[in-house]
Amino acid sequence: MRIFNSTVGRKLLMSISGQLLIIFVLIHLAGNSTIYFGWINAYAEHLHSMPPVVWVFRAIMLAIVGTHICYGVLLTLENKAANPTNYAVKRQLKASFASENMIWTGLLLAAFIVYHLLQFTAKMTPDVAWTSNQAVVDVFKMVVTSFSNAGIVVVYALAMVMLFLHLSHGIPSFLQTMGWNNDKTIPVYGTAGKVISAFLMLAYISIPATILVGLLKL
Amino acid sequence: MSAHTSNTMTITLHVWRQAGPNAPGKLEQYEAKNVSPDQSFLEMLDEVNEDLIKAGKDPIAFDHDCREGICGMCSSVINGVPHGGQVRTTACQLHMRTFKDGDAIYIEPWRAKAFPIIKDLIVDRNALERITQAGGYTSCHTGGVPDGNAILVPKPDADYAMDAAECIGCGACVAACPNGSAMLYTSAKVAQLAVLPQGKAEAAERVCAMVDAMQENGFGNCSNHYECQAACPKGISVKFIAKLNREYQKALFK
Repeated sequence: MRIFNSTVGRKLLMSISGQLLIIFVLIHLAGNSTIYFGWINAYAEHLHSMPPVVWVFRAIMLAIVGTHICYGVLLTLENKAANPTNYAVKRQLKASFASENMIWTGLLLAAFIVYHLLQFTAKMTPDVAWTSNQAVVDVFKMVVTSFSNAGIVVVYALAMVMLFLHLSHGIPSFLQTMGWNNDKTIPVYGTAGKVISAFLMLAYISIPATILVGLLKL
Repeated sequence: MSAHTSNTMTITLHVWRQAGPNAPGKLEQYEAKNVSPDQSFLEMLDEVNEDLIKAGKDPIAFDHDCREGICGMCSSVINGVPHGGQVRTTACQLHMRTFKDGDAIYIEPWRAKAFPIIKDLIVDRNALERITQAGGYTSCHTGGVPDGNAILVPKPDADYAMDAAECIGCGACVAACPNGSAMLYTSAKVAQLAVLPQGKAEAAERVCAMVDAMQENGFGNCSNHYECQAACPKGISVKFIAKLNREYQKALFK
């Protein structure tokens, strides 16, 4: 199949899987925001009341993340191979820290996702060990307890900086790869990418930050 | 003459010297003396070479031909930017007035796996030709001269195709790309022909064949850094890469 082998085809797979992940990031943020309205336990309970839906969704997410990571690593290795020698002097005109470090911000985000799942989904990290003898986990209490730890909040904040860097290049990049671009939209997408990723970063950080400073408490 | 002489500069050059494709290369230092601000970059190199020849040394090998910015032969990365970084300017059209007395200039060849070094600053750019041979043409029977305006081309399409056709095939896009990708070059050819009635017939086969040829010839994948457009001496826009992506998607469903 051409789409799985060719350079442009695999870029399309990166772009489409990336777009689906951005949609997930938006939905996840909406879900997380229920914490501000006191609905997070009801929201968690609602999700857990439909295990088949949750597991199908998780399987689809795993496939999307897997596709994005596999092709991301493969394309990066090919790109390094296509440009094996460094210039003694190199002045970048347009490439940014974000665009040049997609693989690293991406892999750090993947590591963060593993940690995040071990913590709040599998409940295997020390800060959530107390939930093991609970019949029904109080999600609000779990989140507030964990985010009262400054170290954990710093890890989350740094991960969201990675999300900002990854999406500030990823958003304009997926639009270009889909071909939805022309001379007028190129600069607009560049700005929109930065604004949207900054919003996502700040919105996500706001939850652990408000808990850490004590605005949101048990 | 005296006023002219007083304007001359002394420039320190760090030039990549490599005897052959498999020989080890290194940067060597040269002094370019009495450099006139009115000289082109290549004329400055010519004078350095004359001194090297007089001293019985091997002159610096560099590609050049028309020296008026249209042939696409010059291929030097000057201070870290292909063609030296002056907007829409080839190395031959770059003038020494853009440098100052006492400046150090680093001159290196295009670097990419697809562009093996032949000697010093000269690289083999046949990989670009092979991309074009794969599909950068229209198949038609040639015969008598057709009537003027027998095939109507809307003006915006003609302008779009001409903008893409500005590409001189120098390979600065590949040299600038952190991934050694030839997407800007390939997309300019694909877009130019895809928008014209004569090229539409083979658009799907063309985009697939040229993308495959790009991959087979050792070029990397585009990751939208847009370094290519910034370094292109003809200002070819990355909008043509978006056009290639659209053409490719259409071809996938054919």
